[in-house]
Amino acid sequence: MSEDLSNVPKPDELMRIDHKPPRKGWMDVPVDFKPGTYSYTAKAKNLKILGMPNPREWSPTDEDWKLPENWEEIVREGFKDRLDKYRSFQLFMDICVRCGACADKCHFFIGSGDPKNMPVLRAELMRSVYRKEFTTSGKIFGKLAGARELTVDVIKEWFYYFYQCTECRRCSVFCPYGIDTAEITMMGRELLHLLGCGINWAMEPVANCFRTGNHLGIQPHGFKDTLEFFADDIEDLTGIKINVPLNKKGAEILFVVPSGDYFGDPGTYTCMGYMMLFHELGLNYTWSTYASEGGNFGLFTSHEMIKRLNAKIYAEAKRLGVKWILGGECGHMWRVMHQYMDTMNGPADFLEVPTSPITGTRFENAKSTKMVHITEFTSDLMKHNKLRLDPGRNDNLIVTYHDSCNPARAMGLIEEPRYVIRNVCNHFHEMPENTIKEQTFCCGGGAGLGNDENMEMRLRGGFPRGNAVRYVQEKYGVNRLACVCAIDRATLVPVCDYWAPGVAVTGVHEMVANALLMKGEKERTTNLRGEPLPGKEEVEDE
Amino acid sequence: MILETYPPDASSFLKQEKNQFANPVGNTILQEIEDIYEELLHGRDSEKLSDFLDRIIKIRAIQDFSPAQAVAFIFHLKNAVREELGGEIRNDQLFEELLEFEHRIDKLALIAFNTYMKCREKVYEIRVAEVKNRVFSLLKRADMIGEISEQELDIREENIDSVV
Ligand code: SF4
Ligand code: SF4
Repeated sequence: MSEDLSNVPKPDELMRIDHKPPRKGWMDVPVDFKPGTYSYTAKAKNLKILGMPNPREWSPTDEDWKLPENWEEIVREGFKDRLDKYRSFQLFMDICVRCGACADKCHFFIGSGDPKNMPVLRAELMRSVYRKEFTTSGKIFGKLAGARELTVDVIKEWFYYFYQCTECRRCSVFCPYGIDTAEITMMGRELLHLLGCGINWAMEPVANCFRTGNHLGIQPHGFKDTLEFFADDIEDLTGIKINVPLNKKGAEILFVVPSGDYFGDPGTYTCMGYMMLFHELGLNYTWSTYASEGGNFGLFTSHEMIKRLNAKIYAEAKRLGVKWILGGECGHMWRVMHQYMDTMNGPADFLEVPTSPITGTRFENAKSTKMVHITEFTSDLMKHNKLRLDPGRNDNLIVTYHDSCNPARAMGLIEEPRYVIRNVCNHFHEMPENTIKEQTFCCGGGAGLGNDENMEMRLRGGFPRGNAVRYVQEKYGVNRLACVCAIDRATLVPVCDYWAPGVAVTGVHEMVANALLMKGEKERTTNLRGEPLPGKEEVEDE
Repeated sequence: MILETYPPDASSFLKQEKNQFANPVGNTILQEIEDIYEELLHGRDSEKLSDFLDRIIKIRAIQDFSPAQAVAFIFHLKNAVREELGGEIRNDQLFEELLEFEHRIDKLALIAFNTYMKCREKVYEIRVAEVKNRVFSLLKRADMIGEISEQELDIREENIDSVV
């Protein structure tokens, strides 16, 4: 008995429980798939539609991932292929000096404290295999040279951490060598796809896109219905009947949006915003039921898939005989349009350099892609005083602006959205400098990670953004977070709900449409969301 | 001490980076734990306390911790006080005060557990809300169809009525 008692720790000892995680090298800590921190796997039917390898039902928590028998060979070959094909990849594998400048710049690391979410370590997950397989020192010195064997555990680790990177490229802003960890993640995901290891939130949209042109698998008549539904709502609000040009041959402009804009709130309000603006301008434009999706989850899958899904944009522009293309508020869509479309599916020499029919401005910046961002278009209208606006209608909103990663970092779209917002809102406040513009913090749910099963990871990754939102909420009373990205409009809602409750998310053109004075409109009493306009609250109550 | 519950590579960052936006986890924890300590020392266990607590627990509730690990930091406060003020307590025979203080910490731990549960519930709420919102427009359309069939039903009933 007394012996037993002596084994019982004293209260004091109990207090000294060590919460420190074990000090093992990162290479030796295997991944633990806990609910809330990973995405469900791609369904076999989606892989089959796309003709992708190894379709099967499986879960990351399974011991056996049912990899192809010769999986090592597949990875090795795939790795080598890509080193040969992409010089940047080879370079990124070789030149990192592990200076650590990127280490604390990733929102997933900042929010989770998991060292393998440091960009440098994320890349090291691949680099270590690269050293072992493709460098002499790695082959000879192994671990000493930072090299390690390719094992099933490594594949599991890749899956876990390459689907904990939103490919936002914040880290690359800080790397003195310009190493882009997002591209390493893309390579990692490509290799995983060779083994049939993808996530459904990315592959279902890809498969849908492949069949119907958009992420949600909405067919042409559904698309038409939806837009007409919006037109009815707009008529209720303004008394103006606007028409919806669809697949109109010979229109001057083809308009392409992410499907999130016509599918889910609050994107739908932004979609109505575009429609109202174009109606007021009398723009000769058209929607397309084929190019019904500007978003491209191919970007989160493989280079080949980007190309396959993007091809419809130019093809449709050609078929309809338009002069140039205008694009809506989307994030990753613009990375594709700006950096890949021209090389992959261009040159679009059948199109003209985009010129605004209202102001005559030639968009020289889009000379090559022939595609203009809607905030470039609208800010140009405002600059030339072509719109009648009453920003007072947005006086119930105290706004801040979230730079979506891709427009800000991949195409340098910084000032245009701000210019537009300042023209339609009287209350605008910036978040702290190190959380916006090129240094903007990701929403935590891009690159296919915005599914609900992955919510905890998203909230971790969304914390740096949420923290900055909360700051301006407390300081200035901010109640709206504006952004120009369809993914953001979905993923920032939970981020705000958790970290800064009370702040709602809005697109920029929703606010434009609220402020827009339209010819022949009846007196509006509410904004697009049905909230009473400032000064009209009593009218509403009656 | 709380920061030590993170992996070593991370805890050094959490401690060192002082910019509140570059390092929101580290700074929130340091700031709020200080506030909590102050409140406790002055014996004010007001609403403020649970506000401070809320900010820390919100973070730990969605990180890689078990429920116990997420709130265990409260008990570290006991250690902190014993270490900091141990000499004084012994010299001045302040054991009663110490007990009283520790009693307050225990109460705080209970509040912490509630807060933790609230945060977890919030996460699930958010998940459900997101799924709902996603199918919202589908439902809207489905509702429209529903309306039509209800109308049809009415017409049929009328017809039946007229036959009867
Ligand atoms: S900043 Fe660049 S060179 Fe430095 S560790 Fe990161 S990737 Fe490597
Ligand atoms: S690209 Fe973004 S998510 Fe990926 S490692 Fe860099 S900062 Fe993190």
